[in-house]
Amino acid sequence: MAETSAENLKTTPLFERHQAAGGRMVPFGGYSLPVQYPSGIMAEHKWTREQAGLFDVSHMGPSFLVLDNPSGNAEADHAAISAVIEPLISSDIAGLKPGQIRYSLLLNDNGGVLDDLMVARSPLVAGGLYIVVNAGTKDADFARIEAAAVGKARLIRADSNYALLALQGPEAVNVMAQIAPGATDLGFMTYNAFDWGSDKIVVSRCGYTGEDGFEILVVSRDAVALWDALLADPRVKPVGLGARDSLRLEAGLPLYGHDLDETVSPVEADLGFAISKRRREVGDFPGAARILAERENGPSRIRIGLIVEGAPAREGAEILDASGNAIGVVTSGGFAPSLGKAIALGFVPPAHSTQGSKLQVSVRGRAQPAEVVPTPFVPHRYFRKAKAS
Amino acid sequence: MTTKFTPDHEYIRVEGSTGIVGITNYAQEALGDIVFVELPSVGKVLKKGDEAAVVESVKAASEIYAPVAGTVTEVNEALSSEPGLINADPEAGGWIYKIAISNAGELDGLLDAAGYADLTK
Repeated sequence: MAETSAENLKTTPLFERHQAAGGRMVPFGGYSLPVQYPSGIMAEHKWTREQAGLFDVSHMGPSFLVLDNPSGNAEADHAAISAVIEPLISSDIAGLKPGQIRYSLLLNDNGGVLDDLMVARSPLVAGGLYIVVNAGTKDADFARIEAAAVGKARLIRADSNYALLALQGPEAVNVMAQIAPGATDLGFMTYNAFDWGSDKIVVSRCGYTGEDGFEILVVSRDAVALWDALLADPRVKPVGLGARDSLRLEAGLPLYGHDLDETVSPVEADLGFAISKRRREVGDFPGAARILAERENGPSRIRIGLIVEGAPAREGAEILDASGNAIGVVTSGGFAPSLGKAIALGFVPPAHSTQGSKLQVSVRGRAQPAEVVPTPFVPHRYFRKAKAS
Repeated sequence: MTTKFTPDHEYIRVEGSTGIVGITNYAQEALGDIVFVELPSVGKVLKKGDEAAVVESVKAASEIYAPVAGTVTEVNEALSSEPGLINADPEAGGWIYKIAISNAGELDGLLDAAGYADLTK
């Protein structure tokens, strides 16, 4: 990512808190954010896996898409708002129940991924969607959604008057019980609004670490008080962007701009699950011709996980076959604190993608052994409610 | 025994004609948790400024340059299994390699403790 000059950097409502806590501030997605606190990436990573880490992710792009003229009939209004967003993305939004969140992909006409995003059906507002997109792509994403919504719906950005916090880890649920007890009833990938401070907070049971946890949208004026209230719990420590990256890498979750970009298709990225069955059967999403053909015949490259022996293979490192021929490239790589070894995500031809394949990575001109392994590298521990029978 | 410093945050502790090279406390704090160290091979001949080793933190790789010219005589093998020694004890147990100094005159071009302290103020 290009570095933005310090003068142009935006700050989040928690900027002073990060500075006071000794956060090492770096430019990220146009914002000044802490890459780590004095405890360091390793300790912050492990704390999140064992207790609860608190992240400031206010650089992300939360928004609400609402119908201009709702009928008041919840199902009809949901169908109408789904018809606005579905032509841009890969998912079945019409089929969502109130409060349900879906991981989806914003696609271009060539079937490339313009962004990965969360789209949720409002549990409160008929014909309302809650949409969260990535920081680096949010202006383009929002423009694209607004263009599709003209005359039908309006997009309300919530990225400048709200803060977005993520509370992640096995203790997150016990901490939330003190803040918004109702939120502990949420199942994985659902959300609702709860009273807190001077307004409501919007709490989603999801995250980017592989752990159980929550993302909390809070109005800016309440953000510092909520941050402080969460940190008052001894099970909670602040965690910076460095550990956010190592946690998501261990969880095998792709990072937009690195593992995903507008040339990569969902099939290549091994995100076929993000193309809903109904959409697939109708073939009515951007780039359907390419994506459906790749599903049928296989893509020319596919995202894999690697365990690397020796030095970490970073983004851009070449992936070699056993005889040393270049076959692909690492798109995210680093040290996995929970595993004590180096791991990577990258793309190779499907013939080399079988679990257990012995490959190599080139680090500083030397070939090191690397083995294809299933992802996630560290098992997900999401809170899935048993389905009512 | 004197210790000299580079603006790139290496130190070289001079014992006779041998230099013991590592990174400063300031450098290890800036890098954060060291998770891997690539050591030079013994016998490697280095010019001043050559890349001699690489230390990797969770986030990034950083090259360690030779403060002066010479030949690598010994490496700190303990770092292979315990790279965190650089964080815990950078200027003693976390040394990286020893070098037979080929031109002691090059030491004069390096910073002394006071000069380095000024740089990192």
